[in-house]
Amino acid sequence: MNREGVAFGYRTRTLRHRSFSGRVSVRLLTVSAALFLSAVGLTVVALTHGDYPLTIQQVFGALTGGERGFERTIVVTWRLPIAIAAVVFGALLGIGGAIFQSLTRNPLGSPDVIGFDAGSYTAVVVAILVIGTGSYWWIAFAAIAGGMATAFVVYVLANRRGVQGFRLIIVGIGVSALLGSVNSYLVSRAEIEDAMTVGFWGAGSIARVSWPPLVPAMAVAAAIVVSAALLSPAMRRLELGDDAAVTLGTRPGPARLGLIVTGVATVAVVTAAAGPIGFIALAAPQLARRLTRSAGVSLVASAGMGATLLAGAHLLSLLVAQAYRPVPVGLITVCLGGGYLIWLLIRETHQRYGLTL
Amino acid sequence: MYGPPAAAAGAENAEDAASRPSLYRRRAAGLLVILVALAVAGLFSVSFGANPMSPVRAWGALWERDGTEASNIVWTVRLPRTLLGVLVGSAFGVAGALIQALTRNPLADPGILGVNAGAGFAVTIGVGFFGLSSIDGYVWFAFLGAAAATVLVYLIGSAGRGPASPVTLVLAGVALSAVLGGFATFLTLIDEDTFRALRSWGLGSIARTGPDETLAVLPFLLAGLAIAILLAGSLNSIALGDDLAASLGTRVGRARVLGVLAVTLLAGGATALTGGIGFVGLMVPHVVRWFTGPDQRWIILYSALAAPVLVLAADVVGRVVARPGEIEVGIVTAVIGAPVLIALVRRRIASGL
Repeated sequence: MNREGVAFGYRTRTLRHRSFSGRVSVRLLTVSAALFLSAVGLTVVALTHGDYPLTIQQVFGALTGGERGFERTIVVTWRLPIAIAAVVFGALLGIGGAIFQSLTRNPLGSPDVIGFDAGSYTAVVVAILVIGTGSYWWIAFAAIAGGMATAFVVYVLANRRGVQGFRLIIVGIGVSALLGSVNSYLVSRAEIEDAMTVGFWGAGSIARVSWPPLVPAMAVAAAIVVSAALLSPAMRRLELGDDAAVTLGTRPGPARLGLIVTGVATVAVVTAAAGPIGFIALAAPQLARRLTRSAGVSLVASAGMGATLLAGAHLLSLLVAQAYRPVPVGLITVCLGGGYLIWLLIRETHQRYGLTL
Repeated sequence: MYGPPAAAAGAENAEDAASRPSLYRRRAAGLLVILVALAVAGLFSVSFGANPMSPVRAWGALWERDGTEASNIVWTVRLPRTLLGVLVGSAFGVAGALIQALTRNPLADPGILGVNAGAGFAVTIGVGFFGLSSIDGYVWFAFLGAAAATVLVYLIGSAGRGPASPVTLVLAGVALSAVLGGFATFLTLIDEDTFRALRSWGLGSIARTGPDETLAVLPFLLAGLAIAILLAGSLNSIALGDDLAASLGTRVGRARVLGVLAVTLLAGGATALTGGIGFVGLMVPHVVRWFTGPDQRWIILYSALAAPVLVLAADVVGRVVARPGEIEVGIVTAVIGAPVLIALVRRRIASGL
């Protein structure tokens, strides 16, 4: 994002059509395709793992209709929605992270850093412990409402003649700390079973995803992808600064609002269905940027990287479950993602990349 | 880019030099105000609670240990609790002042820098793998974890060339807290007993630690305070920047190592005793700077006396609002402290940081 100069030396292909023309980086296309392929590959491997191990042939048989009976139930009814959720949610988080990092022009601007997760966690804690509901749809609603409200508050508090990346992050940390202590207070006073329920939700797990909640989530995901694709040119222009964006024919206000709504929606869908899954939105765009060697974050490559990361974390969680105990996938992403953030800090602080806030 | 505190301090110094007598008067008056406030907060702390008594009666009970109910409550429950509050308050306040001075970072706070997460992680390990079951066993695990986390965050934050930048340190704390928190959550979720034991530990309370543990940790806290006081002069020159400090005869490297050692002893010890009381180390040095100006010797002295006022006041508030139960002091300070942090970043427009 902050690199200077034009991207010389990248091989590109020019596409021309009656209604569309554009230049596409060959590297970006190959990397994105490879990432999506690896996400699908990891998913297929993940389908074979579980309490009842299957072979790849059995999985393919069940998927294509060759296998009947118990194997088919296991694969199609139980494991497939979880595996699809890993890919789709990962891609959504990648898109959301890319949008926020582009808007804040900061590799640390991600929905979980600015307090969205803490907000939805608090709302779910209140829903389960105070109101006493355990229904899936209420929890999903609470997660979305709490997250959106918190993101809005953080944004408003950080806004002072424009939103600075640095201020946004610190305000997010402050609000998260406040909500975190309220959460711990409520959890410490609750019945142990309810508190454990909240704890599991807060760890972020896709293991309970089944078809009924996945279908609406997929519909929203499709809408998000379309909206992100439509807004992508405006996002590129906003990265040049508002003045340049206006010159190029983009209205910054509506474009930014549309991007923020799309970005928050990505996290809202995932959080509602699976609980907070941390750090994918943070890490995916930056890892993708390194692979594509592009100047800015790319939506397609970030989506591919997000899908690969979450599919990989899902597979890892299955392997840990076989070897030791079941572990929520959110804890794996937090540990790996936190480690990645530490590495990013050590490596890049003094290169001035992006952290010159 | 990140050096403005030195410039700001310089400007304030020039201003202060013009009005030196009034600065001394202000410092002395402020000290008096803080001591009075500390006395009042202490008296309130021994008076309020599930069984409230008038401050006059509490005062009487303090001087006559005659076996009445009031005297028993005061001597066995509230006085140890109040003294612990004073002790850990001083420790957190001085640790905050030290780490803000060392990193030239006005946003540094032991809690934000991952000390709590380190302590919590170590206690989780202790409960989950070593079967700890009582608070006196937690203390040493917490101390070790807090110490390791402090050193680790400081190393991460100051990796690479030059001194650690404010944002990097805060983010290093957040990242390390996230990783340690993730592991700790995993360990608590797979075992209900661990979950039960830990869900209230990290809230930050001065009500559950007994005098024995306090006495065991006391030497570490006193050592930390002593180092802080000896270091205060060097911190003044470090505020001018490392190069200038070195040319003034300060051994910058040694001062930094000793400073981190003192922060580790103070924040680690106090976190071990309480589970961590957030934001005290962030807020208090900021407030006392209004009275003292930029002189670190005064900031450290003031913080040591003013932070207990905040801790005791927050503790009393927590006891009064939720009667007959109580809200842990760490929750009250977080509720007060987070808005203060937000106000600070809103006030300092780019220049300050």
